[in-house]
Amino acid sequence: MGALLQVEHLTMRFGGLVAVDDVSFAAADREITAVIGPNGAGKTTLFNCLTGFYKPTVGRLALRRPEGEFFLERMEGFRIAREAKVARTFQNIRLFPHMTTLENLMVAQHNPLMRASGMSLLGLFAWPGYRRAERAAVERARYWLAKVDLLAQADDEAGALPYGAQRRLEIARAMCTEPCLLCLDEPAAGLNPRESAELNDLLRLIRDEHRIAILLIEHDMSVVMQISDRVVVLDYGRKIADGSPAQVRNDAAVIRAYLGEDEDAALPEEVARDLQAGH
Amino acid sequence: MEYFLQQLINGLTLGGIYALIAIGYTMVYGIIGMINFAHGEVYMIGAFIAVIAFTALGLLGLTWVPLSLAIVLMLAIGFTAIYGWSIERVAYRPLRSAPRLAPLISAIGMSILLQNYVQVLQGAKIKTLPPMIEGGLTLMQVEGFSVRLSYLQIIILLLTVSLMAAFSVVIARTPLGRAQRACEQDRRMASLLGVDVDRTISLTFVMGAGLAAVAGVFVTLYYGVIDFFIGFLAGLKAFTAAVLGGIGSLAGAMLGGLLIGLIEAFWAGYFTVEYKDLAVFAILVIVLIFRPTGLLGQPEVEKV
Repeated sequence: MGALLQVEHLTMRFGGLVAVDDVSFAAADREITAVIGPNGAGKTTLFNCLTGFYKPTVGRLALRRPEGEFFLERMEGFRIAREAKVARTFQNIRLFPHMTTLENLMVAQHNPLMRASGMSLLGLFAWPGYRRAERAAVERARYWLAKVDLLAQADDEAGALPYGAQRRLEIARAMCTEPCLLCLDEPAAGLNPRESAELNDLLRLIRDEHRIAILLIEHDMSVVMQISDRVVVLDYGRKIADGSPAQVRNDAAVIRAYLGEDEDAALPEEVARDLQAGH
Repeated sequence: MEYFLQQLINGLTLGGIYALIAIGYTMVYGIIGMINFAHGEVYMIGAFIAVIAFTALGLLGLTWVPLSLAIVLMLAIGFTAIYGWSIERVAYRPLRSAPRLAPLISAIGMSILLQNYVQVLQGAKIKTLPPMIEGGLTLMQVEGFSVRLSYLQIIILLLTVSLMAAFSVVIARTPLGRAQRACEQDRRMASLLGVDVDRTISLTFVMGAGLAAVAGVFVTLYYGVIDFFIGFLAGLKAFTAAVLGGIGSLAGAMLGGLLIGLIEAFWAGYFTVEYKDLAVFAILVIVLIFRPTGLLGQPEVEKV
């Protein structure tokens, strides 16, 4: 399977701070690629570059689909969702709290509905083409509501849902934009083990049945190791490892980044000697 | 009782007009969180287009009122929509990420600019339009006092109510309305779902301007006298109506508009005409003191 997303030499600087430093990796189509790393490793910055919120200082973000090639670093935010078909969720949930669960999913289908309704003018007069499009949109919304087990809460205000439900709704909403790449920023944060297992099933369904590539930022290793096809590890903005879950788990650099190591052993021998001598 | 009824009719007509303008304030505030002080001027421009268009149609020999009214409404809505779009594009969009004070100053500047622009082009003298729609129904006649509902009032009330109803449907049910509400709550998230936020904001201005134009046409027909300065007071009153109803709330703007119209009509009817504006703005102050979020406004709950 070919690479869907090709990140090449991505660098993001904020003044003197280098949040992402020359990172390159590829995310294959129909696979789950996890991006892991300690806090401040630059994972969310990477996502913000991908979805057009930051313009990268250097680098290319190429998305290759049968329809064509998209350079995300040059696109406006809403075009990334509308044309390149990249969807994302947030670490701190960003639903539209004063809209119903169903309406949240309808907003995600804004563009096809807007086209069908002729900028909403025809929608006002119940144009048959628009009614059809709206029925299809509601149908899709209900499908995803059923998948995330929120069908009964379709008409509840999204802001009033419990935390775990809001997380699931955010994924359902992203899926309603019919993405080809789904970027999830810590979807398992704050979930209990049962909810976290359900999330694994949902992500597998999205990958296997809907054939969509997932890019996943996650701290919960039970999620990452179980479902990822490939893991990219960042530390201080640099890529330190890239491979299958098993490879990454045993990678010395990864273990050092996560656990730290016996200080002396971690330092090059000369430095350690110098330090000893200084004392 | 008859007098009361007559003032009620007058108040509702006036209130409907204020409500149409107030919707523009409340929608723009809802979506980008700023008061569009140039909105009153858009209404004034709508009124001028009405005078010009009615006069031109009259010269062309078109005297059948329903048709000329329809044409004038279309022209006024079309032209003011362009004004609304341009105002946002020129004066507000470049300042969208600036501190809140900047677009406010820019709005006041835009308001002064438009007033002077119309004054220069059309002159400072008042413009008059002969009554186009005369006659009416006499609802009640008691001891020499008759309660009258003119045909013009009927047209104004019917069109206002149907426009407000259509508008509520657009906001509640159509993709555009959903996008507007989404942008109101989280603009960045809306754009990540593929909503063209700039266009949604532009359309909000266009819609608000269109409603203000309708109000401008009605006022021209109702009073028959306009000048380049009418936008200032009408704009302030409609703004008061939006705040009274709860700024950001569509139903609030409609309710607020009707209340302001009624307060004005009853004050003018029972107390003194000279102090009717004072009554309206006193209400604004009182509401802001006791209910800062307005009658239907949701208090902003801040999480700590």
